[in-house]
This record gives sequence, C-alpha cells and structure tokens, in this order.
Amino acid sequence: MKEILIRIDGKEVSAPAGSTILEVAKQQGIPIPTLCHLDGLSDIGACRMCIVDVGGKIVTSCTTKIAEGMEVITNSDRLAELRRLNLELIFAERNHVCSMCVSNNHCELQDLACDLGMQHVEVPYAYPRLSLDASHPKFIIDQNRCILCGRCVRVCAEVEGAHVWGIAGRGSEARVITELGIDWGDAEMCTDCGKCVQVCPTGAIVEKGKAAAEMEKHPELVTTLKERREND
Amino acid sequence: MTREILIDPVTRIEGHAKITIYLDDSGEVNDAHFHVTELRGFEKFCEGRTLWEMPALTARICGICPVSHILASAKTGDAILAVRIPKAAELLRRLMNAAQFVQSHALSFFYLSAPDMLLGWDSDPAQRNVIGLIGANPDLARKGIRLRSFGQQIIERLGGKKIHPAWAVPGGVNRALSKEDADFIKANLPEALDTIRITLDLFKSSFADQETRGMLSDFPSLFMGLVSPDGTWEHYDGNIRIVDSQGNIVVDQFDPAHYPEIVQEASEGWSYLKFPHYAPLGYPEGMYRVGPLGRVNVCDRFGTPLADAELEEFRAGSQERSGRVFDYHYTRLMEILASLERMERLINDERILSPRIRAEAGINELEGVGIHEAPRGTLFHHYKVDANGVIQWVNLIVSTGQNNLAMNRSIKEIAQKHIHSGKFDEGILNRIEGGIRAFDPCLSCSVHAVGQMPLLVELRTPDGETVDRLIRD
Repeated sequence: MKEILIRIDGKEVSAPAGSTILEVAKQQGIPIPTLCHLDGLSDIGACRMCIVDVGGKIVTSCTTKIAEGMEVITNSDRLAELRRLNLELIFAERNHVCSMCVSNNHCELQDLACDLGMQHVEVPYAYPRLSLDASHPKFIIDQNRCILCGRCVRVCAEVEGAHVWGIAGRGSEARVITELGIDWGDAEMCTDCGKCVQVCPTGAIVEKGKAAAEMEKHPELVTTLKERREND
Repeated sequence: MTREILIDPVTRIEGHAKITIYLDDSGEVNDAHFHVTELRGFEKFCEGRTLWEMPALTARICGICPVSHILASAKTGDAILAVRIPKAAELLRRLMNAAQFVQSHALSFFYLSAPDMLLGWDSDPAQRNVIGLIGANPDLARKGIRLRSFGQQIIERLGGKKIHPAWAVPGGVNRALSKEDADFIKANLPEALDTIRITLDLFKSSFADQETRGMLSDFPSLFMGLVSPDGTWEHYDGNIRIVDSQGNIVVDQFDPAHYPEIVQEASEGWSYLKFPHYAPLGYPEGMYRVGPLGRVNVCDRFGTPLADAELEEFRAGSQERSGRVFDYHYTRLMEILASLERMERLINDERILSPRIRAEAGINELEGVGIHEAPRGTLFHHYKVDANGVIQWVNLIVSTGQNNLAMNRSIKEIAQKHIHSGKFDEGILNRIEGGIRAFDPCLSCSVHAVGQMPLLVELRTPDGETVDRLIRD
C-alpha cells in the first residue's frame, strides 16, 4: 500500500494512504480527545471533539484522510478553547445532572469534561423538556442525556444489522428514535442485544433497574466483536 | 398600638425562616408566626423520572439528612417492586439509619443548641456558637465533634461518601459490609458510648431540673412515631402509634401505607411550609409532634439496657407524656445512646456481613408508600408509577413539617412569657429562637432546600408599618 508522508505536531511520519489523521495520531501515541468515535464503528464527525488544525483550517481528525505533505497540529490554545466550547455546548443543550445519573462516575462525557478542565458552562443552558422512554422491558432511553453521537445508530446498523435506531429532526430538534419514532418497547426489529447500551457514552441508553452511578458500560466489547468478525 | 416583632433570619437552624410576633395595643403578645421562606418543588420535578433514580434524586432535598430520604425512597421502591429485601440489606439500612441519628442529633445538640445551654441564653451572640463552645469547654466540644464524625464515617464506609450516598436502592442496598468496616465500627463504638454517657450526665446534672426543662414552652399535644409490634422504640420499620399528653394511646399499630386516613396537610398564606395534622381532629386542633420527643413519648421501651434506664429516669414513674419543648434536647441525647446500643447489636449480628443484599424485581405495584423515622421525625414518601416504572406522582410528608403547628405554638408561648409592654432584648429573642431550635427543624427538607439559616424580628404598627427591627445574619 502506498505510504504518505505528513507532519504531525512538527514530527514527520509516514502512514498508509487512506488513513485518517486520528488513526495516524493514535499510532504515534499522540492523544486526541474523542467522543462519537469508537473503534469498530464507522466515523461520522458528529461530536467535533477530535478537531485538529490542518494548515490553519479546523477539521475533524476522525473523518479527514491524510494527504501528502499535510501539516497537522493536534494541540494548541485555540484548539483547546474550541474543544472546551464544543463540550460546553453539548452540556448546555440537554439536561446532564451527573449527581443523580445512573452513569455517574462511568461516563465518557463526564470523563472528557474532567480531562479538558471544563469547570463551568459559560453558555446558557437550554433546559429543554425531553422525554424518557422506559417501554422496553430491559432498557431505557433518556433523551435528556443524549449527545447525538450516533453510536447507537451505527452499532445497530453496522454490527447487529437490525437498523432499529435512527435520528429524526434537525439541529437542536434532532432526536435518536427507535424504528420510525415508535416506543422502543414496540420496536419489532429490536433483538434486545443491548449493544446500543454498551456503546452509548453517557447515561442516555441504559439498563433498566440501575440506580444512580450503577451503570457501567463496556463499549470495547463491540470493538472486539467487530475485530473477531473481520478476522474470521 | 399593635406592633409586630420580626426575627429574620432565625439562626442556628437548618434552612431559611423568620418569626413575626404580633403585639396588641398594650404591647402584650397576641400571636406569633414561624414563616418558612424557601420553596423547592421536588414533588413536581420528580415526575417523569424513573423509580430507580428516586433515592439519589430525593437525597438532594437535604445535605444533613440525605440518608433519611434515601432510605424512605428505597423503601417506597421496595413496595413498588413488591419485594421483601434480604435480611443483610435490612440490617445494613438499620445500621446506616442509626449512624444518621448519631451524626444528626450530635450536630443539633453540640453545634447548634449546646451554646445556648452552656454559654448562657443571654451571652454575647458573637460567642454563642460552636466556636465559643470550643473556647469555653474544649473537651466537650471535641467529644461532640468526634461523636458526629463517627456517625458520618459509618455512613461513608457503608455508602461510599458522607453526603448523598447512593447506596440504598429499591430492593436493598448495592454494597455489602466489609469485615474491615465492621471492625472499624466495633473498635470505635466504646468511645462514642462513653461520650454520650458523659454528655447525658452533664445534661442531667445541669439542666434536668423542672425549672430548666420548662424554660422554653410546655403544652399538651398528640405525639406520633413508629413502634415495633411489641411497642418498642423503632427507627426504620414498624407501625404508627399516636399518644396524647396523658399517655393514652390514640392510634396504635396503624399501617403507614394508609397514612392519608390519619395525616392531612393544611396550608397558610404566610409560610411555604404546610401544616400536617391528625385528620380526625381537624386543623389546627390535630396538632401532633414528631422527632425525638414524639418517638420517646410513644414507645413502651427502647429495648436496650442503657437507654431503657434513661427512659425510666426521664418518665419518673409518670404515665403522663412530657410536653416540654426543652425535652427535645433531653430525648435527642437519649436517642443517640439508644442508636449506639442498637448499632452494637447490629454489628455483632453475623448476618449483616452476608453478600446477599438486593432483591431484583420489576414493577409489580403501581403505587407505594415508604415510611421510616428520620432524626427529626416520621418521614413519608409516596409515589405512583406507570407500568414501566416512570414516576407519575409524588407526595412527601417531611418530619419538620409535622412539627409546624407545635413550633408556632412554642414561639407564641415563649413570646407571651417574656415580652411585656412591647419590651424585649436580644436574650429574649434568642429564647424564642430556642423554642424553634429545640425541634431541630430542617427547613430545606420541610419545603422539599439548600441554604443558610438566617432571623429577623420586626415591630409593626396595626397598619403594618415597621417601627423597629433587629436582624441577624
């Protein structure tokens, strides 16, 4: 495979053509924060946390493929500020109340806020009135805690093949839905496999019966599952 | 000329409140109102959340007694799951509630009320606090602080943190007791028992005379609390008993799930705190009291030797029940002793170390009531859910609210005793506050809040014009 030469944080590296900037950075041990990305699922650049600077232009590293001579900066004051603002907007858009959340202490969104030093949300909270669907016998989807990362949509389509999850609406009105917007408990295609629960980075899709801080997830199971299928 | 005396804020209580004292033309006290000035709204915003979140959610009603709400909420969850929780879970919940009694009662006595008793009701307000107490009696203050800390440490060891431990859940608890934590409790119990016995001895030698005990207010009322099936003092489970001032049992072994038949709530325009009362007697005649004095007055015995000896001395052979508000302090100390003795029994019951601590079940009832004794009195949680476990309706009847009628009566009586011809001073106002403080109200809870505790006293003309006011921050 053709190798391409790029410069990343001043270091010259070569990687196979078709690689994304995020993949190259990972190989080089350069940390880039991610949220909607999960190894084993396709990338859609939804959360904008993995942004990097390519010759002055801000792009998502998970969806941008490397090109010959590309100059990438993964960390700068500007990038840190933009990432934090992105994160604040995610928090402000829905109702994330960590203290009573089932995913408290086991939440990728919460971890990212700690990692990026987000101590306050300076943009005004939207406090939308959102629904909670507990109609499925085993699982709950709480829109208050959804960040629209789309992992549930991708895992259901790409790994389970059931295509139960989708996204309806646009902008701040966008919502994850089951089938064509019916209650999850009525979704006939759902196999109850729970992969959407495991990959959801927050307390949005959870197991029923979990109390505060009890929901621990294992998204890496999906990564492993995908790898094994590809190696078969 | 009618005037009003306004005490705003009331100090050394938990929450925000003020007191208005209404004077007649000759400057004598006509009436007094205890206003709770904060509003929260938990009953409304819990709607739409899941049953399993309710312990952690309602715990946020209070930072002092979150354990009480967590346990009441978990018990409501048990009722909706329709499960009997494993024995170890029950013993552990009892242990945490006993620890909660110790820490909350120690806070009320040593931090909030002891300064009045040990430094003097008329002493300098700038010194009349726990810091002043440390200066005047460092040994007692240290013991009191360590006693409270012991209770807090047990809560932390059981639940993972001192405040808002998300540990009791519908069906049981989510973490078993380790041998190491059990050993810690066993090792530290003797010091705690020693502290409370010394404190009780000091209290009785200094304040147990009839005159001191009657110094705040003294009036008849009904008393309510939980008792076990044989009438023993109960703090976690059991049924409702109500007695009158003569010691007659008015209601006995009443199933808490039917509480609306005996407890109803009234409201007044001048306070955000509702007025629960004994329904058959109506409002306001149905005044009853809960908390340490209520529980001690309804029980036949504590069921542990040291506390039973104290109860015998307290009752002094009389069938009548104490209506003295000052006796809240006395009975609070007795309850610390009883809680420590209970703790000793619990921790030596080997079943408490079992790893079987949680009953798993789905939604089997659409409505449930959870009741237990919080340090400040009987606490009711009542939820309705849909078939998926989503909360549709919530009613909370919180301990402090049930003392609302009695607190108003208490301040009126103290004001009438001390304020004449419209004359009063800071020491008198402190006694009036003391008539509230003895109840150890948790106003944050009572209006389902977080906040400071402030007191303001205002003198008003019949037209409502303020002619004098005294404010304390």
